[in-house]
Amino acid sequence: MNGPKREQGQIKTASFQERELWQALVGPVIVQGMTGRQGSFHTERMLEYGTKVVAGVTPGKGGSRHLGLPVFDTVHKAVAATGARASCIFVPPRFAPQAILEAAEAGIRLIVVITEGIPVLDMVRITHQLAQMAQPPMLIGPNCPGVIAPGHAKIGIMPAHVHRQGPIAVVSRSGTLTYEAVAQLSAEGLGQRICVGIGGDPIHGLGFEELLPIFEADGKVEGIVLIGEIGGEDEVEAARCIQAQISKPVVAFVAGQSAPPGRRMGHAGAVIGSGRETAQAKMEALAAAGAIVVDNPAFIGRAMRKALG
Amino acid sequence: MKLFEHQAKALLAAAGIPTPRSLLAKTPEEAEAAAQKLGGACVVKAQLLAGGRGKAGGVRLCASPSEAKRAAAALLGKPLVTAQTGEQGEVVRSVLVEERLPIEREAYFAIALDRSRKQVLMLASTEGGVEIEEMARKHPERIRRATVAPDKSFEKIEDFFSFIENNPKNISKIAEYAAKMIEFFWENDCILLEVNPFVKISNGSWVVADAKLIVDDNALFRQPQLARFAEENLWDAKEARAKRFGLSYIHLQGEIGCVVNGAGLAMATMDLIRLHGGRPANFLDVGGGASPEAMREGFALLFEDPQVKAVLVNIFGGIVRCDLVAEALVAAVRASKRDLPTVLRLVGTNEEQGRRIVEAAGLAVRWEQELDRAARAAVELAR
Repeated sequence: MNGPKREQGQIKTASFQERELWQALVGPVIVQGMTGRQGSFHTERMLEYGTKVVAGVTPGKGGSRHLGLPVFDTVHKAVAATGARASCIFVPPRFAPQAILEAAEAGIRLIVVITEGIPVLDMVRITHQLAQMAQPPMLIGPNCPGVIAPGHAKIGIMPAHVHRQGPIAVVSRSGTLTYEAVAQLSAEGLGQRICVGIGGDPIHGLGFEELLPIFEADGKVEGIVLIGEIGGEDEVEAARCIQAQISKPVVAFVAGQSAPPGRRMGHAGAVIGSGRETAQAKMEALAAAGAIVVDNPAFIGRAMRKALG
Repeated sequence: MKLFEHQAKALLAAAGIPTPRSLLAKTPEEAEAAAQKLGGACVVKAQLLAGGRGKAGGVRLCASPSEAKRAAAALLGKPLVTAQTGEQGEVVRSVLVEERLPIEREAYFAIALDRSRKQVLMLASTEGGVEIEEMARKHPERIRRATVAPDKSFEKIEDFFSFIENNPKNISKIAEYAAKMIEFFWENDCILLEVNPFVKISNGSWVVADAKLIVDDNALFRQPQLARFAEENLWDAKEARAKRFGLSYIHLQGEIGCVVNGAGLAMATMDLIRLHGGRPANFLDVGGGASPEAMREGFALLFEDPQVKAVLVNIFGGIVRCDLVAEALVAAVRASKRDLPTVLRLVGTNEEQGRRIVEAAGLAVRWEQELDRAARAAVELAR
């Protein structure tokens, strides 16, 4: 296959994924681990926001009701009864890997994993198993705040009140720093089309590379905010992707410029290993790819306002 | 979590992978006795979690027990500054006294998490004793890589190592050790197992001369033999205390104590302090689910730190409720004898209640609701 055709294929893939992501977001959602403390609290917040949460899954509690919703023993049964396409997972770390696979096998198309503390090699095993499926689902997380499409639905734990509907897409490895950035955008009068927290773990589902083309394909997105941090090379790959495929303005911030090397800074993924994993190296790569890189995390909103003119 | 060389080697030896004879020493006298047991000539190796000790003088060749004693005395209890420790160095708390190997050749072997490809990767190089990143830049042709699938299956592992050894008998030995290390990696929830150098000694056999091992903190719940090291290796009393309360705390060199929720926002807050000319005294993420006691403990850690000249509290309430943070702050200030200037930024869930609690307690804090102004204020107050 020659160059241009391949490029066209990629654009098609991204817009296909964009449609699939939105269908799952605004369609019926189940919550695995809904009967737990965290699961209950956040399910109520999701319902308040208008997310179509239709059922919960907790092994052993099938047949009961919680928060006015039916609870099933398995994802299979929940999907059969409700037609859910998305799942939000609050299951504790040692049971979460099985919960993810169960959702994938039951045909869930969008799996959002909030759980923090899943062993890294379990995520390698899951990635391997999902990749072998005929139609792998979209996985977001683990250890992430989830995804919100302001005015439509939220699948996750982010505080809804900071969001406004609008033209900005946000993708981030962090939780609270994303809320901060979103609040800045909203204060500038820049609402958000979609915000995705990809999670703070070294091995995660959808990354910058997959989401940036989806935002590019989304006609309602005018600008993109990317929030990275030290550790790994996700941001370097994001830079390559921006250079090759993204025409919309990208404002980027990379947390951890002042981090000492070799220490884990809260997130399991945030350790500086090789030279390419420092905030400095990532900021340079992103700037070289044409992103607007801010070194002050308080000026993310302002930078986007300026970029949009 | 990083392990010390002696811990890594003990684990590898127990898994049937050849390591040199060695003894751990915590005093010069213990080092002398260890050298005696090993036959006099030995290597005294500073035990550090940071790398780069060789170039920093942390590895000493000794001809006799008395030399070993002197080498240990020169290293123990003192900070060793390497390219990876930062300027304050890392204090050497023990040395590994090891037999001197009749080394013929040095190679490199590692198993690592490949984050970009979401796989486990095996790497080998004909050259050992050099940093692999440097080797990859200068002589990429001397490195071989292969994916290690979760089922640990590996086709023709002998072929993979054929570029390191000519002797088929030795190749199959290397392959056997590599297979054991792959098994070890998956069984022990490792993130990195690096054998550098992997050495061939005069009798033709291969030995792990140095080992770097990083294991997954998330998996410690199912790795009791590793969890034991977690407590042991936390020599910073404050970090150990924070960990017991489920707080993520790292002690740093600056003068501004930070209390933040969320790792990303905590790092960004530190960056902002730096940007305005201050220095963070710590990284502290009180997380989403911190109990009031844990949060009080977090504040206490900062108030007790004589290095801290000002405190910056930056809470973006989502799951964390601002009123609970305010209560913890009030309790910690009352329990503390120090009157530290404090900048308070409470945004989000129950922000108003939080403000009322702090005001009702009569705390003299500076309120700043905007992130940049809050960081600037903290830097000013620390001066």
